[in-house]
Amino acid sequence: MARVVVDVMLKPEILDPQGQAVANALPRLGVSDVASVRIGRRVEIEFEGEADVERAREIADKLLANPVIEDYQVKIEEQAS
Amino acid sequence: MKIGVVTFPGSLDDGDAARAARIAGAQAVRLWHADPDLHGVDAVVLPGGFSYGDALRCGAIARFAPIMETIKKAAADGLPVLGICNGFQILCEAHLLPGALTRNQHLHFRNRDQWLRFDNVASAWTGSFVEGQEILIPVKNGEGCFVADADTLDQLEANGQIVARYINGNPNGSMRDIAAIRNEAGNVVGIMPHPEHAVEALTGPSLDGLGFFASVLQYLVAPASPAPAQEAQVRETVTIPEPLIRPTIPVEPDPALAPPAWPEIPARVPAQADDAEPVEADDEADSDPAAEIDEPAVAAAEQRRDSSEH
Repeated sequence: MARVVVDVMLKPEILDPQGQAVANALPRLGVSDVASVRIGRRVEIEFEGEADVERAREIADKLLANPVIEDYQVKIEEQAS
Repeated sequence: MKIGVVTFPGSLDDGDAARAARIAGAQAVRLWHADPDLHGVDAVVLPGGFSYGDALRCGAIARFAPIMETIKKAAADGLPVLGICNGFQILCEAHLLPGALTRNQHLHFRNRDQWLRFDNVASAWTGSFVEGQEILIPVKNGEGCFVADADTLDQLEANGQIVARYINGNPNGSMRDIAAIRNEAGNVVGIMPHPEHAVEALTGPSLDGLGFFASVLQYLVAPASPAPAQEAQVRETVTIPEPLIRPTIPVEPDPALAPPAWPEIPARVPAQADDAEPVEADDEADSDPAAEIDEPAVAAAEQRRDSSEH
């Protein structure tokens, strides 16, 4: 089994109200030095055989991310043995 | 004339959309997401709801339903397609319309009657309206905030593709108050509020929604263009009911468009649903972090949450 990780983030110019709500909550934890919080999605794809980054990129581009509003990064996760 | 209404797993408003089509004088044909056959319909409605549970992103999975392949091809050949709410989200995900619909800026589910003003009526679904006309139909969404980059927005404006905008308050933070857009050809329209819920005096705030369905019937009779010259001629075939006297619903400017003010939520509330209204906290609980959870406020919030969910 090989794992490919896809990180999906809203593009910088897209407002992230969820992130803002989290940032607004931080003073309650006594944290006051955070400038901003943005929330994204991490997707782990397990291939049955070899990790196929190209295929994962296609999955990310067509389904996992909406390129109109989101950027994504695809990387193979090193297996800790 | 046959108007097809697609049901996806999780569609909610397919029944109302089919009913609206029938009231407008069409034969409503129920279509199933897994069946790629359009069964000879002359137009298609993608209804509101939560297709595939809106897992991942709204409309992202529905876009790959077998029927969407057929609809994409047919839309390219001019089939009138109306996406309402979740249907609008699906059309954007399927790249039949530009832009995307994101989480309401204030994070609340917004459910109310909403005024819109038509910017451009040159589409298959809006020919019976006039430019500048104001209508009142329900809006109900959690992810209805239309976004697109500045170039796309400018292009939409320049091409007259912005069909309608919110007036008397933007319910979700949509860029440039966009409520409905169309594709360049004008056969594909996406709208966030719900015309299919405003077709009967008993249940709707008006009968304004009927115009969308009447328009497409007109358009199908005279498909060349929804130009005013043809309007008079086809008006004879489809009777558009007179709108009811509209109830005066006070629509205040929406102060909730700003992100929710966090300190209003009492300390140590275990789980706060994101669509619940901010809970009023008494000053004591707010100033003392060790204060007990304000139980009446939590109960009230839960009650409100229950009553606002759909």
